[in-house]
Amino acid sequence: MVGRPRGHGGAALGVLRGIAAVFLHTCADSGAARAWVLTGENGEKEWYVSEVILDAGFFVRWMAAAAGLVDREAERLTELDSAIGDADHGSNMQRGFAAVVRTVAAQPPATPGAVLVAAGRQLISTVGGASGPLYGTLLRRAGKSLGEAPQVTAAQLRAGLAAGVAAVEELGGATTGDKTMLDALVPGIEALETSFDAAATASEEGALATVPLLARKGRASYLGERSIGHQDPGATSSALLFAALAEVAR
Amino acid sequence: MKMLINVAETVVTDALRGMAAAHPELVVDVEQRVIVRRDAPVVGKVALVSGGGSGHEPLHGGFVGPGMLDGACPGEVFTSPVPDQVVRAAAAVDSGRGVLFVVKNYTGDVLNFRMAVELAQDEGIQVASVLVDDDVAVSDSTFTAGRRGTGATLFVEKIAGAAAEDGLPLERVEAVARRVVESSRSFGVALSACTTPAKGSPTFDLPPGELELGVGIHGEPGRERRPMMTSGEIADYALDVILEDLQPRLPVLVLVNGMGATPLLELYGFSAEVRRVLDEREVPVARTLVGNYVTSLDMAGCSVTLCQVDGEMLRWWDAPVATAGLRWGC
Repeated sequence: MVGRPRGHGGAALGVLRGIAAVFLHTCADSGAARAWVLTGENGEKEWYVSEVILDAGFFVRWMAAAAGLVDREAERLTELDSAIGDADHGSNMQRGFAAVVRTVAAQPPATPGAVLVAAGRQLISTVGGASGPLYGTLLRRAGKSLGEAPQVTAAQLRAGLAAGVAAVEELGGATTGDKTMLDALVPGIEALETSFDAAATASEEGALATVPLLARKGRASYLGERSIGHQDPGATSSALLFAALAEVAR
Repeated sequence: MKMLINVAETVVTDALRGMAAAHPELVVDVEQRVIVRRDAPVVGKVALVSGGGSGHEPLHGGFVGPGMLDGACPGEVFTSPVPDQVVRAAAAVDSGRGVLFVVKNYTGDVLNFRMAVELAQDEGIQVASVLVDDDVAVSDSTFTAGRRGTGATLFVEKIAGAAAEDGLPLERVEAVARRVVESSRSFGVALSACTTPAKGSPTFDLPPGELELGVGIHGEPGRERRPMMTSGEIADYALDVILEDLQPRLPVLVLVNGMGATPLLELYGFSAEVRRVLDEREVPVARTLVGNYVTSLDMAGCSVTLCQVDGEMLRWWDAPVATAGLRWGC
């Protein structure tokens, strides 16, 4: 099912004004029935994302893509963690997402919400450390907020992730600017209003922007001033979640 | 880095298999990663459960036994256990009089144990928890995760463990544990970085001629780096920081703890310097324990922990204990 473009804010307005053609695309094998491509005067294209429809299969593939990226980046995550933490973030995330993939493959949940709840539970039960409860809570709470709908829109996913982030803030007591995963999650969710690719870019930029920050939470906070100049491993892995989302939607 | 392991992925389960083989007085669930006393649940006794990342041995599994912990949950190396493990341990040791969780103040441990408290209560287990945060190297402010839990964990587990053996109810065992935390302060130094099996190379970079003052038990940096100091200078520095924070009105227990790769010869020499400083400061010493108890894999270095004790706490310290890592009076 495909919706109609509604209000479109900010820079995207320019794209709307310059629409030369509107194409309907569907992408059956991605599970995301892609809605509209807006082609501007200068040939720029943009997915109108908030009405994209996502099913459980899409969420399963999202988790698999996340596991793949975590696998690929595990060494880098551990390297970043050894600079300001305890050198285990890569292997912990690897173990956790591998377990998530096994779980959702063994018993594929019927709804997007159920996929995220199962993934979150699995992370809590497998990862340990701070990242287990924090990532687990993020996905579990997001999944719960999606309810039992068999399909959700990207806008609903965005709202669900926002609920997940609120739960992470409450559990960890951190806020943006503390040099934590929130610094990638919050801009990523914000940019999800525009497109999956924009979310991936914004969260990646958010992770990079943690470099000059002073850590105020978690193990890196023990370093005080010495945490400055290092990229936060949690923000880096959070950006991978959005990169995986963009990869699966593509 | 050469290590006496098979593969990095199985270091924790391999060690648990070894614990099981060496200690028939323990029940070791290698798969679920739970270690409990074979006689658990002990009828009429409040149970103590602790846990944390592996790599700090003998903490915590080596402190399971009569007089100390009833159960322990080792996580991956330097990674807190998951809530499922903690709940499993609590269920295995609860005699109906409740379970006290001893939690070191690290974000991961705090979050996982908090989730475990909720799950255990859902299962009808009465639970309390105490947070150990004794490391004075970290400033305790809202801008950090707070002081880390280090050497005082041993004092808490021993003294509260003995109080539990004495038949005290849960809220009083919890109060004893809290009293030990409030009475304890620690400070650690690293002479070399540690190497986690997963990484295979040192987790931080410490030049040969320098030491890290205020290091944590995961190789987290502390206050500052300085050119290498003598044992006496390190004792002066460490006790300056501790005694600035804790002005003991009572005699103290002293733990001179090795981080894993420092020989006992050096630890005893350092212990002599610690005693010298305490004598100079006119702090009476009740008991001294020297050895590798709260370690940081293969890190070279040491920590010193003081705990001021009244007569009751001292009696519980002296009470019999029979664990793999600590054993006396039995």
